[in-house]
Amino acid sequence: MTAVQGRRMQETERISAGPGPGRGPLGGGMVGQRSIDFGPSARRVVGRLRPERARVLAVVALCVVSVGLSVLGPRLLGRATDLIFSGLFSRRLPAGTTPEQAVEAARAAGDDDRAGLLAQLDLVPGQGVDTGAVGRVLLLALAVYLAASVFAWLQAFLLNDAVQRTVFRLREEVAAKLHRLPLAYTDSQPRGELLSRVTNDIDNLSSTLQQTLSQLLTSLLTVLGVVGMMLWISPLLAVVALVTVPLTVLVSGLVMKRSQGLFVDQWRTTGRLNAHVEEAFTGHALTKVFGRRRQVEQVFDGENEQLFRASFGAQFVSGLIMPVATFLGNLSYVAIAVLGGVRVATGAMSLGEVQAFIQYSRQFSQPLTQVASMVNLLQSGVASAERVFELLDAAEEPPEGRAALPAAGARGEVVFDDVSFRYEPDVPLIEGLSLVARPGQTVAIVGPTGAGKTTLVNLVLRFYDVDAGRIMLDGVDIAALRRSDLRGRIGMVLQDTWLFGGTIRDNIAYGRPAASEDEVLAAARATFVDRFVHALPDGYDTVLDEDGSGLSAGERQLVTLARAFLSDPALLILDEATSSVDTRTELLVQQAMSALRSDRTSFVIAHRLSTVRDADLILVMAAGRIVEQGRHEDLLARGGAYAELHEAQFAAPVV
Amino acid sequence: MLVRLLQRSLRPYARPLLAVVALQLVGTVAVLYLPSLNADIIDEGVARADTAYVLRTGLVMLGVSLLQVVCTVAAVWFGARTAMSVGRDLRGQLFTHVGSFSAREVAGFGAPSLITRTTNDVQQVQMLVLTSCTMLVAAPIMMVGGVLMAVREDLGLSWLLAVSVPALCLAVGLVVSRMVPGFRRMQVRIDEVNRVLREQISGVRVVRAFAREEHETARFGVANAELTAVAVTVGRWMALMFPTVLLILNVSSVAVLWFGGQRVDQGLMQVGALTAFLAYLLQILMAVMMATFMLVLVPRASVCADRIVEVLDTASSVVPPRQPVRAFAGPVGVELRDVELTHPGASDPVLRDVSLVVRPGQTVAIVGSTGAGKTTLLDLVPRLFDVTGGAVLVGGVDVRELDPDVLHRALGLVPQRAFLFSGTVASNLRYGRQDATDDELWEALEIAQAREFVAALPEGLDAPVTQGGTNLSGGQRQRLAIARAVVRRPAVYLFDDAFSALDLATDARLRAALRPVTRSSAVLVVAQRVSSILDADAILVLDGGAVVGRGTHDELLASCATYQEIVASQLTVQEVA
Repeated sequence: MTAVQGRRMQETERISAGPGPGRGPLGGGMVGQRSIDFGPSARRVVGRLRPERARVLAVVALCVVSVGLSVLGPRLLGRATDLIFSGLFSRRLPAGTTPEQAVEAARAAGDDDRAGLLAQLDLVPGQGVDTGAVGRVLLLALAVYLAASVFAWLQAFLLNDAVQRTVFRLREEVAAKLHRLPLAYTDSQPRGELLSRVTNDIDNLSSTLQQTLSQLLTSLLTVLGVVGMMLWISPLLAVVALVTVPLTVLVSGLVMKRSQGLFVDQWRTTGRLNAHVEEAFTGHALTKVFGRRRQVEQVFDGENEQLFRASFGAQFVSGLIMPVATFLGNLSYVAIAVLGGVRVATGAMSLGEVQAFIQYSRQFSQPLTQVASMVNLLQSGVASAERVFELLDAAEEPPEGRAALPAAGARGEVVFDDVSFRYEPDVPLIEGLSLVARPGQTVAIVGPTGAGKTTLVNLVLRFYDVDAGRIMLDGVDIAALRRSDLRGRIGMVLQDTWLFGGTIRDNIAYGRPAASEDEVLAAARATFVDRFVHALPDGYDTVLDEDGSGLSAGERQLVTLARAFLSDPALLILDEATSSVDTRTELLVQQAMSALRSDRTSFVIAHRLSTVRDADLILVMAAGRIVEQGRHEDLLARGGAYAELHEAQFAAPVV
Repeated sequence: MLVRLLQRSLRPYARPLLAVVALQLVGTVAVLYLPSLNADIIDEGVARADTAYVLRTGLVMLGVSLLQVVCTVAAVWFGARTAMSVGRDLRGQLFTHVGSFSAREVAGFGAPSLITRTTNDVQQVQMLVLTSCTMLVAAPIMMVGGVLMAVREDLGLSWLLAVSVPALCLAVGLVVSRMVPGFRRMQVRIDEVNRVLREQISGVRVVRAFAREEHETARFGVANAELTAVAVTVGRWMALMFPTVLLILNVSSVAVLWFGGQRVDQGLMQVGALTAFLAYLLQILMAVMMATFMLVLVPRASVCADRIVEVLDTASSVVPPRQPVRAFAGPVGVELRDVELTHPGASDPVLRDVSLVVRPGQTVAIVGSTGAGKTTLLDLVPRLFDVTGGAVLVGGVDVRELDPDVLHRALGLVPQRAFLFSGTVASNLRYGRQDATDDELWEALEIAQAREFVAALPEGLDAPVTQGGTNLSGGQRQRLAIARAVVRRPAVYLFDDAFSALDLATDARLRAALRPVTRSSAVLVVAQRVSSILDADAILVLDGGAVVGRGTHDELLASCATYQEIVASQLTVQEVA
């Protein structure tokens, strides 16, 4: 039982307030899209890359070189175009004349534009295109492009390794952290929430890092380089091209803002629809038998229609970014073509320069839109990082003690000495509790829900530490022990039948991986696991999936019993361990367990009094205190709390 | 499967789809026309130094750009609408279809899987349709159009297209073909890592109690290292993608200028045409690249489509009758006649030769070990399963012939897991009878021993209930579930181990309060505790799917060994006597 449940039970007969969002498997992960503290968190993400410092520096250097080279390319191609264009004009001029004569001739003909154009060209009258020169320029371009690609590849290669290793380390850190968190932490938040942090959020962060780091760097550098080149070629045209930039940013900003709201709508309706589907499918039988299928379908149709509207809106509006950006790009393309054309015609600029310019303006609007679209991704990535960091920053369990337990042979004497404990500081739970369980004794703890029975288990296993007093195992204060030493002496079976995804054999052997096949089988036989295992297709090799489907709740509980059985502990704790097993099977199991219990101490917490009847000591708890203790007969005879409980349990009219 | 699913679900949207294609066609043609106009500017305007021509053509280019943006926006509108409609329709179909499933199909798929299929999987298919409509449709048009325009500009250079387009296809295809299986492997590894983490979180107590933290850390380490290895490999292929594409594009441009330059020199081609050719080549290659990238979506969507079709193609094993009987043939009791139930594929039947009769006013209890088939037996009455042999009769009519509405109206089911729906206490209580008055609800709560705690809630009947009733304790849930059935005042009560979370005192009070209400009803009870069925008119002892004992408590105590064991496990001898 978790503390949350425990607390809930304390406040018996009270519903916690507020409907709260669906916390189903689909409800998590979508909350907290907006990050609270973008700057510091983003810096911390970057800081995670520190062990990869050398690689990251190399990546940046390679990126600069590669972007620089690819920005140079169009300029070279433009130069080739110019050579070709000049060659074209040169061929038309009579050989033996000078370029100046050609310009003069044009001017004399009253064609000033043509004169300007010719003056700008590198003319060798009579000659055709200078193939050698063109070839040299193009070879250079080829080399530049080749180098740019190789560097870009190296850069991406190194960055990939760096990011993957960083994410690997982060995962490992988070996983290790899980084992160091106090249970108070894991119990205090919904399971789905914690899960979402260690799975969805890390996945999201990982893909964000991978997608944005390289693109962001390349895009920004490209923009810088391209703007530089444009200014170099023609400041006037550069201004024209840059005019569309604020326009693009403005428009995509507007679209993005609008679509963000719509996306929130879309996620909200998606969440609602998912919750409804989840509920309808989980409650399938009830819906059917209570004749509610039609209503459920009506509600679904309504939600479905709303989701359609919301997602259509979101997809349409966000889908506008591309065409609008293309349009604005085209606008600057047209402007450059026209203005450039006029300037070439008047000789203010060369054709190759315009051609290069057009290529630059294309190269330049694309990374801008990319950066804009990355903002969303970045935001969600940093939000995820924050949630992961929160987990990593959570306070850990207090440090381990160093005391040693007496060597095996001592069989688990447990002493509670004036123990007090509260989950919440202002809600008293266990106050000044003392008890002694002698080696080999079976101690049963009974009492109404919320009396603190499970809390005792939490304290003995040091899932929680006592606030005052102490608990001793074989004469040693458990707070002074290494937790693993303490727990190594204890076998535990809980109501919550946790099995991991693996074979039945592995699950039984979980408590003692070194156990031999015979020992596993013996444990299985003793706990009646053997009986149903043979009905399974693969016997002990049957792989249980995550939710253990394929086994009934009772069968799962038997497997957990076998697991505790095999671990052969000095102290055995059974917390409602047989509540899902039918009573007849339970009786059989109890016979097995009593053999197991014979030479070791055991704590048995049970709802059914029939299961605790033959305990050596029965503790009756109420409101965190032991109100009665003794053996079954004595307690019955006393006519106190135990007798009352017993009365209530067996109050049925006996025929 | 994907193709079939798309064919089926796109059929109603033929018109908007045609509109998308037409609009994308016009838009793409407009895009393609721009370089050609630019070529005119150079060849007709610049080369002749005709500024006026340059300006005129510029205006035309502006108009073409406007046309292009209008067409694309409209295409996005139709595309988004169609894709989202397809998603909505698929979700609706799945939901309705799952509604028709019997408990067997729901259990077969598992509720979580059905949920994922209805939500996430549909979303994937929907995204594929969307990207197809907005980008994928444009790519082939761009390719064909680009080739045509390029050839029109200069036939002599078109052999370059024949080299560079296949080269790009090959290169991108090669990288993608390495990446797609890589992505699939990566997803498997991610699932594995997440599974381990999920287990460690949910099993935190067990892990710590058995001091297996190191083992778990190692287990996670292996999963993490495997994931990272795959991710690194996939990432390296991905790292190759962009530089390769870029290289092919750039080398092609250089080639165009080299070979085109020679043709210009020979007077076979104009400079403007050369520039235009260059622009077209780049556009074609971009289209190829876009198409290949989009195709990466297909395998994933295809897996999702398979999963969707699998659900849609599964027929319910419980089929409503073709000519339903709308009225009962006699007093509304329950009868099982030689019932046998074998799950498909299973060698042993879950139930065999089970017969029982519950007349109105009678209470029949079913006891037996875990896995004896008790719940299955109960589920046969509301037709959550159908028998494979024998028959189940309610009110004298085979349930397979009864109108489901008529059948269900007669039943009040309290399932083993007390499932509540999100809403309020009142909405849950009215789940089976919406016109119940508040007084009737309170009465039912009184009977279910839940009046006290509901009355103590600040909002009373209107107190919120979260999904699954997670804000209530197990005992509270169970009592509300009982009250929910009582509100219906059904002719037949089906209690499936419905008192297990109650302490025995409450259990006893509840049963006492139920007695007058169920006086004229047939009651079928599955129970663990013998104490709660001592007063049943008949008790059926199930073991391994067969009836091993039948009679009253006393009779069984005298005659049935299994029953004796069950009783002995729960009561002391003197209490039984």
